Amino acid sequence: MRTLLAVLLALLAAASAHARTIADSAGRKVEVPPQIEKVFAAGPPASILLYILAPDKMTGWPNPPTAEERPYIAEPYRDLPALGRLTGRGGTANLEVVLQSKPDLILDVGSVRETYVSFADNVQGQTKIPYVLVDGRFEATPAALRLLGDILGVGERGEELAKYVERTFVAIDKVLAEVPMPERPRVYLARGPDGLETGVVGSINTEIIERAGGRNVAEAAGQRGLVRVSMEQIIVADPEIILTWDRNFFGRVKQDPLWAGVRAVREGRVYLAPTAPFGWIDRPPSLNRVIGLKWLAGLFYPDKFLEGLRETTRQFYRLFYHVDLAEAELDTLIAWSKGQAPSQQQLPRR
Amino acid sequence: MVEGTSPIPAATPETLTSHSGAIFASLVASLALLMLGASLVGAYPLALGDLVAAVGRRLTGAAPQGQVDTILFEIRLPRIFAAVLVGAGIAAAGAAYQTLFRNPLVSPDILGVSTGAGLGAVLGIFLSLPVAGIQLSAFIVGLATVGLVYSIATLVHGREPILVLVLAGVAVGSLAGAAISLLKILSDPYDQLPAIVFWLLGSLAAIRKGEVWATAPLVLIGLVPLMLLRWRINVLSLGDEEAKALGVEAGRLRFFVIAAATLMTASVVAVSGVIGWVGLVIPHIARMIVGPSFDRLLPAAMLLGASYLLVVDTAARTMARIEVPIGILTAIIGAPFFLWLLARGREGWS
Repeated sequence: MRTLLAVLLALLAAASAHARTIADSAGRKVEVPPQIEKVFAAGPPASILLYILAPDKMTGWPNPPTAEERPYIAEPYRDLPALGRLTGRGGTANLEVVLQSKPDLILDVGSVRETYVSFADNVQGQTKIPYVLVDGRFEATPAALRLLGDILGVGERGEELAKYVERTFVAIDKVLAEVPMPERPRVYLARGPDGLETGVVGSINTEIIERAGGRNVAEAAGQRGLVRVSMEQIIVADPEIILTWDRNFFGRVKQDPLWAGVRAVREGRVYLAPTAPFGWIDRPPSLNRVIGLKWLAGLFYPDKFLEGLRETTRQFYRLFYHVDLAEAELDTLIAWSKGQAPSQQQLPRR
Repeated sequence: MVEGTSPIPAATPETLTSHSGAIFASLVASLALLMLGASLVGAYPLALGDLVAAVGRRLTGAAPQGQVDTILFEIRLPRIFAAVLVGAGIAAAGAAYQTLFRNPLVSPDILGVSTGAGLGAVLGIFLSLPVAGIQLSAFIVGLATVGLVYSIATLVHGREPILVLVLAGVAVGSLAGAAISLLKILSDPYDQLPAIVFWLLGSLAAIRKGEVWATAPLVLIGLVPLMLLRWRINVLSLGDEEAKALGVEAGRLRFFVIAAATLMTASVVAVSGVIGWVGLVIPHIARMIVGPSFDRLLPAAMLLGASYLLVVDTAARTMARIEVPIGILTAIIGAPFFLWLLARGREGWS
């Protein structure tokens, strides 16, 4: 008996000492420890994926959750410290702070282009902490869930959520198969205080429009990412649907004589996306878009998607965000998605 | 005197006047033509006939027809007048500063008005103010920055008041620049940061009729003292001692010129965002055409600046299906031109 135990222990020790080598989305070979206890999320998209898969392994948030977002994040995790971003536009994390939180892994979700690959290699070389890059495109969401689930040792949960996302994609594709391109609604995503910022076709900020079966009216050959457009261009494009999460803009657009002539405003099809705890259609571009996708598909094709938003939202928040929403909180979200946002108090900024 | 018979016609005051009269007439005519041309191009197809009909409807009080009237009177014309106003204001301020500081390398931002306005706008965006609040904040902080620079310069009793003024401007300007960078780091990366970046690149895409009406009187208030004092300002270009000998009190006059130029620049930059190079390059071209005397330089610079910015803004809104930020275009055109001027030497100055 004692020898058996000793052998078992020895085996365990050998296994735990054995680091695995995995390939991340950029094709980088990264050696990761078999047991990962703490993960540093390099930016907001990564922190959301990590929170969804394994919140107990988080070291902190890139930005502290605001008072408005806190009720929608599960209890102990909403109080995690803000550690800053390590990548992307203007890194604010201090490498020493990163090291102090003693992560076994650094996780970044988003673009896997050369810039980010070299950044990952640099940080990994400097900190000796394995740095994993995961493709953040919407289409790659199931793969991201499986890859990270496997790395973190929560493969079952990763698989379950990946299946959920795949089912959502398949259900939408089935409807879209019967809707030819010219019949799909033409959609404009209004950003910024004046609504004249948008993302062009192909940018990560607007890919949810096409995914949900809409056509983005902002097209520009050779252009990517966020751009400015003029009022005249919007009147010419005459979108059938306008999406926004900017409450200032949403509140103003109906009274504005210039926007009044645009078809979406005339027909009352301007929609406000909730942003708690994370944006429904973007902001950041991560898994938070899955609930927004279901919402948008229902807005674009109201007679084809009859799933009740209330139940879907309750389920999604429970399954992905680890929160059982109280009725009042659910009411807030549903009213928000119908254009009645909670009043925007002057909360302390991040 | 018949022109053809005179051996040296340019030397007589009469021909000089009629010569510059012809120059100004052609500058005014080309601006008018450009304005007409600009009102005919854009994303929305609008022919000369539509324009005449729309103006006719407006004059007779007939009911507007479709989107044509909105496009013309609410979008295109306000934008054209805004471009004229911004171009004229910045160029006039640049001409005044170059004469005042007796230095051709000076632009209206030398005392920090643009950087200050930038800081005000960034602060407005950071606090999620509505558009009008952002503009007001830009205007106020722009004025306050120059006020601060001027107070510092008057408190420091140096022997070289102009040098002290410029150095104080550089120091305060770079402090404001640092504050902008700080706010960029602290701002929300999804909503506020793009809005900040676009604002700092300058654009007239979002211009409204009301903003033109609000800006025009402020530019006029700045312009009137410059026009009335143009002879004395000319004397300033000789230097403080000479000005004093001719009965002009340099210090007080300098205060009025700075106040007037700052008011103009701050009010236009508040609606257009930061637009560089116009105030630096346009007075040079004006000087090449009408000579260095301020009484002719000022109107020539205004007309040229108006035409130039109108052309650039029209290009910005018609080049692509999205907006090209004006600040980028003015830098691409202005910087090489300026280098060419430098290579040509100081011809035409003094």
